[in-house]
Amino acid sequence: MSPLPALVLVPALGGAIAWLVDRPRFVGARKITDASWRVTLMALVLETLILVLATFRRPAHPGPWLDHFTAPWIPSMGISIRLDMDGLSLSLLWLTIILSFPCVLLATRQIRVNAGAFHFLLLATITGIIGTFLATDLFLFFFFWELMLVPMFVLISAWGHEGRHRAAIKFFLFTQGSGLLMLLSILGLVVAHFHETGVLTFDYFTLAATRLSPSLSMVLMLGFFIAFAVKLPVVPVHVWLPDAHTQAPTAGSVLLAGILLKTGGYGMIRFNIMLFPEAAERFAPIAMALGVAGILYGAWMSCAQNDVKRLIAYSSISHLGFVLLGIFSGSRTGMQGAIIQMIAHGLSTGALFLIAGSIQDRLHTRDMHQIGGLWTSMPRLSGAGLFFAVASLGMPGLGNFAGEFLVLIATWHVSPAAAVLTTAGLVLAAIYSLRMVNRIFLAPERADQQPVTDFPARHMIILGSIMIFLVVLGLYPQPFMTFSTPSPLSITAEPDKVESPP
Amino acid sequence: MPEFLLPLIVLSPFSAAIILFLSAGRMPARYVGLLATGSVGLSAIISVILAVLLLSAPSAEPIRVTLWEWMHTPVFSAHIAFELDPLSLVMILVVTVIGFLIHLYAVDYMRGDPGIARFFGSMTLFIAAMLVLVLSSDLLCLFIGWEGVGLCSYLLIGFWYTNPANTAAARKAFYITRIGDAAMLCGLLLLAATVGTLQIDTLTEAVTAGQITPTAVTGTALFLLVGALAKSAQIPFQTWLPDAMAGPTPTSALIHAATMVTAGVYLIARLHILFTAATVAMTVMAVIGTLTLLMAACSALVQADLKRILAWSTISQLGYMFLALGTGVWQAALFHLMTHAFFKALLFLTAGAIIERVHHEQNIFRMGGLLRTMPGIAGSFLAGASALAGLPLITAGFYSKELILSSVWHANFPISSRFSLSGHVLWAIAVVGAFLTSLYIFRCFFIVFFGPLKKDASGHTPLLMAIPLACISFLSVFGGVVEIPDTLAPVHLFTQMLNPSGFFTHTEDPAWLLYAGAAAPLVGLSVAWLLWGRTSSVIQEIPGQTIIIRLTESGWGFDILYDFVLVRPFRFLNWLGRHDILDRMSSGAASATRRTNAFLVRFRTGILSYVSERTIVMTREGNVLLARMQNGRVRWYAAWIVTGLCVALASAVLS
Repeated sequence: MSPLPALVLVPALGGAIAWLVDRPRFVGARKITDASWRVTLMALVLETLILVLATFRRPAHPGPWLDHFTAPWIPSMGISIRLDMDGLSLSLLWLTIILSFPCVLLATRQIRVNAGAFHFLLLATITGIIGTFLATDLFLFFFFWELMLVPMFVLISAWGHEGRHRAAIKFFLFTQGSGLLMLLSILGLVVAHFHETGVLTFDYFTLAATRLSPSLSMVLMLGFFIAFAVKLPVVPVHVWLPDAHTQAPTAGSVLLAGILLKTGGYGMIRFNIMLFPEAAERFAPIAMALGVAGILYGAWMSCAQNDVKRLIAYSSISHLGFVLLGIFSGSRTGMQGAIIQMIAHGLSTGALFLIAGSIQDRLHTRDMHQIGGLWTSMPRLSGAGLFFAVASLGMPGLGNFAGEFLVLIATWHVSPAAAVLTTAGLVLAAIYSLRMVNRIFLAPERADQQPVTDFPARHMIILGSIMIFLVVLGLYPQPFMTFSTPSPLSITAEPDKVESPP
Repeated sequence: MPEFLLPLIVLSPFSAAIILFLSAGRMPARYVGLLATGSVGLSAIISVILAVLLLSAPSAEPIRVTLWEWMHTPVFSAHIAFELDPLSLVMILVVTVIGFLIHLYAVDYMRGDPGIARFFGSMTLFIAAMLVLVLSSDLLCLFIGWEGVGLCSYLLIGFWYTNPANTAAARKAFYITRIGDAAMLCGLLLLAATVGTLQIDTLTEAVTAGQITPTAVTGTALFLLVGALAKSAQIPFQTWLPDAMAGPTPTSALIHAATMVTAGVYLIARLHILFTAATVAMTVMAVIGTLTLLMAACSALVQADLKRILAWSTISQLGYMFLALGTGVWQAALFHLMTHAFFKALLFLTAGAIIERVHHEQNIFRMGGLLRTMPGIAGSFLAGASALAGLPLITAGFYSKELILSSVWHANFPISSRFSLSGHVLWAIAVVGAFLTSLYIFRCFFIVFFGPLKKDASGHTPLLMAIPLACISFLSVFGGVVEIPDTLAPVHLFTQMLNPSGFFTHTEDPAWLLYAGAAAPLVGLSVAWLLWGRTSSVIQEIPGQTIIIRLTESGWGFDILYDFVLVRPFRFLNWLGRHDILDRMSSGAASATRRTNAFLVRFRTGILSYVSERTIVMTREGNVLLARMQNGRVRWYAAWIVTGLCVALASAVLS
């Protein structure tokens, strides 16, 4: 029995239970205040166990794909529930789980208003993300793609900060609009396949074999690309991101920056590069230019921000420019670099958002002019903040540098000028990171500073484990690089391997 | 055995740093100092053991340890690997021994500071990063240490973060060196893309075998040179180092003597084969080194702040090293690096002791006559000053500077295919630099220790600070005898250790070269005595009234220039960028849509209401009109009928 459907279902069911237990009727008089939080935590633990099982389970078939699951859904239209897992999906699933824990442990317990609904939506988003990483039926993929969008929209608009409505609507319009383009592309691909073979199917592996004219494949590829570019985000369509990240509740920011954006990168690898290799190759110069533009533009914007969360949000745009650059550099090195960068960025930026969120909880402001000299009163939190800021400026030995360096090497092979421009982004990264550190942590303590409490030790253990992950990723990325390479299509494209035993 | 010791030398300070950071200030101050000093001391002991093992081995094979494979892709691979050869041996000995003495000094110096754990954590991390830098046999692994020392210098310069000037200095140091790091990264990328690895042995083999095109070699050399210049504070990157004085004095000693600024010199010495193949880079290096040594010596001559004098003197001495590197005698650069580490650490630690005892006064013109109150300190400062000036025969600095000067004389620096710069010119400037060096450091010495007592010194220097001072004084005086010019005595221990196959000999040198080099510091000393030494000094007051002196004092206006050329445009860009233009555009589009929408709505309602109103009016008026026609008079009706008939007939007939 494949554990894949359980991976998708457990968070969804856990979320439903979390919502139910929060209802006063259900528990009766003896209401536990954080019941839904406990349920969420249990769901995540269960999910981790299943993921461990999925990781160490012997593959049913020899080959790079680790696990398969198929069940019919709407047979008349060729839609089935098809989940497949390779190293790339598995790495990103682990990232999802690793970041969900700090999210739930550090940021959601204090939610008091409608906590059940909050946890339900959080877990629903996670379900959508996990489903996106696993689905190989295009219709199912689209379903999960939209599934992660709606709960996040509600999370931002209901639990966000002062400008939440505007931010949520912006987020929704951008992602929803681009999602529709992707749906059109999916339908176009399916119809093209139907015309060619007479078989109506949404299956990824079958559709990959479709022969397309160069112009049609370019158009379809662009449909996918725009959807993923909005999610990643790529520069001209990034405008939803700073608002959404800034206004979202802490847990939402961490999920958004840490994992949700990675679905864009994942989609580019899985769908743009692997479904339309020729079109992607022709498109690569433009995509790489967009990547370089994103790195510089994001860093420049980040230097000019006074809002901590906005600063981190723009730095994400800069970091994810590397991902775009690596994916479209057309070499395996660049792809591996992009994947390492996605994981490292998820960890470092997720942690930075946690820290920014904790600061906001304590001081009720995100304006760096109003915060200052936290090192004296909060040495632990400041130390952690310094570490993650240094990681995000690309210190060698930490995860981000490994990813960036591999991407840069791949870029240098294509265009040395682009790589030189990109290193200018690294100088800017130093400027915005240290500006943040200087304003918040290393500055004279403000006279009107309210007394604040530092991170308790158990919170530091969580942040410490993220630090260890980053160091391991930075100094020994080799296993991740070998492991997380996306599997080629050809191995499982044969129909005889599709019928996996139940 | 050596394979096991080599990683341990890095691991010892590194783990101390981890423990100190994790302790988060809960460890008693005594244990903090003990742990930090002990860990660096352990490294120093291991370095000495390794030195014995390496030099006593019959074969000159370096000790190599590959720890693990860092990255591996089809086109590139990198390893975390260490290699100990004579070059890195000199470096680890300097780093660990001088580092240990500075730590020992700091135990007492920093006692009572609330952030002592953070201080020693950063210091040991600094040492660990520097050791990674000098031991790596892979340039990418070296880059870990390279950036690591940058980070630690940031932490230490801004150690007293409550003063915004300190953190500004720290950021300045980091930003400027980071620009160099970006250039260096470009150089690494170019090499990695050409050769497919950054293993230093493989690279040098590839260069000697001519596998890399000359353009690529020159490009790489220039990129790496920019990185080295930024790290070693040479023109045009020198501005960060004088400001870096903001950190605690042991930090300054560490940055200037053992770690950080020597990294650039080490990098070029390590890759000397690559640089020799790029003549353009060599000429640029030598010229920049010469300019820097002259400019920084002039700046040092007009400073009033004790620590700033020493900072400019470091830049100047690094200029000598770059001159030597550009000449191709990297052994001489390394020799000067070593002796400079001795006397500069000594000068800084002594300066720290003086400043602490005169109640944190750093202006030399408010000190004076300290010879009587602190003779021991004066003695060690004199040892350091003489070594820096390079007083002949009795100091370490003389031998190393002499080695550089004698090599420069013979060198020739090609500028283009037809022109070349003679080494004689650079030699002359370097000798003038030596004169200025002697002048400024003895100016400082005489003003601080001679003359009337201006500020009372209190307390006494504790034993724990005096022991390191004594040790380094000894090294500053006698550390140079490992390499003596042939004219005096043929001792070549240092160069032979670095390069057993034989180094240049200078038997054909005219003897007056040596005498000129030896005379320059003596002349400087005499002039300094005439101007500042006698009780009725010629120049007593703070200089700096004329514009040229003010300009020199402020570092030749580089800071102002950068402020106008770089900082302000960047601020302006930031000001432009405080709103995301694209975000503005999307918001603009949104509000335009909303307005259009509102307008359309208004337009529609307007039209509809207008139309309906008009309809009502017209109906009403039509109604009135029709009502008027139905007036019940038969004659009217008949007239209408006849009119209608006529019109109908007319139209029928006429058409």
